[in-house]
Amino acid sequence: MTVASLQNVEVDYARGRALGPVSLGLAAGETVALVGPSGCGKSTALRLLAGLEAPSRGEVVRATGRGETAVVFQAPTLAPWLSARANVALPLALAGVGKAEAERRADAALARVGLAGAEAARPAQLSGGMAMRVSLARALVTEPKLLLLDEPFAALDEITRRALADDVLALWVASRPAIVFVTHNVEEAVYMASRVVVMTRGPGRIAGDFAVAGPLPRPPHFRTTAEFRATVEAVSEALGQGMAA
Amino acid sequence: MSRFAALLAPWALIALLLGGWELACRALHVPSYFLPPPSAIAVTLIEDWRSLLQAAAYTLSNAVAALVLASLLGQGLALAVTMSRILERAIQPITVVLQVTPVIAIAPLVNIWAGTDHPERALVALATIVAFFPIYSGAVTGLRSADPDLVRLFELYGARRNQTLARLRLPSAVPFLLEGHKVAAGLAIVGTVVAEFVAGSGKVQGLAWRILDASFKLQAAKMFAALVMLGILGVALYALLQAVERAGLKWWRGR
Repeated sequence: MTVASLQNVEVDYARGRALGPVSLGLAAGETVALVGPSGCGKSTALRLLAGLEAPSRGEVVRATGRGETAVVFQAPTLAPWLSARANVALPLALAGVGKAEAERRADAALARVGLAGAEAARPAQLSGGMAMRVSLARALVTEPKLLLLDEPFAALDEITRRALADDVLALWVASRPAIVFVTHNVEEAVYMASRVVVMTRGPGRIAGDFAVAGPLPRPPHFRTTAEFRATVEAVSEALGQGMAA
Repeated sequence: MSRFAALLAPWALIALLLGGWELACRALHVPSYFLPPPSAIAVTLIEDWRSLLQAAAYTLSNAVAALVLASLLGQGLALAVTMSRILERAIQPITVVLQVTPVIAIAPLVNIWAGTDHPERALVALATIVAFFPIYSGAVTGLRSADPDLVRLFELYGARRNQTLARLRLPSAVPFLLEGHKVAAGLAIVGTVVAEFVAGSGKVQGLAWRILDASFKLQAAKMFAALVMLGILGVALYALLQAVERAGLKWWRGR
């Protein structure tokens, strides 16, 4: 089943073509990494899938209803005046879920991302990694069918990045949403995704589409396997060709 | 620098300046209508404390009334303007003209409109005009200051316009509103005093009138005493609003 797809989409901005033409279909439960150089339009592609932007040409088809798509941005994007709990409960509150029910589900979502006990904390009292986890909990609280992550770990240190990557995969196992995440880190892409889509430099087109073998979530030492290294090499090469194109 | 020295430094400087002033007045035999020594000003402050306090209360009550009015008008109009681009376009030239026109130039007109029976209405109106702008522009900026990604998120979750306003735009504006009110408080005092000067005399019995009245009689010590009261008033109001701002920001940010 296809959760969402881009069909021959192109996006033009005032300064010229930003993306496309691109066609990309997402199957339910698939984890797709979108890799490409800066300015190739990968974040634009994500916003098209989220419905936050409309294409200049082509079509975006989405099989998800309201509240079934969630986005995590590069920054945690939390409301500083709200507690972690209230931030996570926000999508539910906007959808008209009662306060008690919304808070119960928010607390459960916070517990899933390892933040039980931090429900009352304000964003200013949290570390960068913790704030990102709150952001993740907010995305998960509506149990989306499509989870879009826009360079979610770019601002974090390497250790926190890796921990969060494993966390996202562990969370994926629980409800198996389709995940699309944008990154410019090839190793992260191959580690987290069952499919890596490589884009050319802007205006981005698809330069390569790689299936990544191996189970999700990844077993320990997956990064040292020959399979992992080979896929990273292949993706890197496609990326290099895309840069030259 | 120790905490004690930091606390003491401004007071030490004030004491030094006052001492020098006192000594100079006595040594050079400066006439008291020209520059009274601090001791004479202190005596006047003590002797006239009751009427000075009354005058201060008059000025303060008008300034506070103006601040409240400016707050209601400024925030109300800012809210309306952020809801409607066309209204903003329509209002903008008027607000700019009103802002760049010195309040003292408008004062005589407003005095006529208020009538001689209600000079305090003119004071409040003029001080409101002055205090309006920091609150209005703070509110407009604040209502537009919401994190664009949070705005996108609200859009994604299908938030209605009033939900976005109540749950995102208004809370985002809080720090700007606090800052705007703090600046406006000082300006409300300035506006009231300017308006009192233009009103001149009669039923207006605020601190500015005391200064004017004393100047007609060449009573420099009384002028200084009223100035001291005015200074205390301004600092007290500013300090109060600053404390409110700090507390408000602490609540907003949670630390």
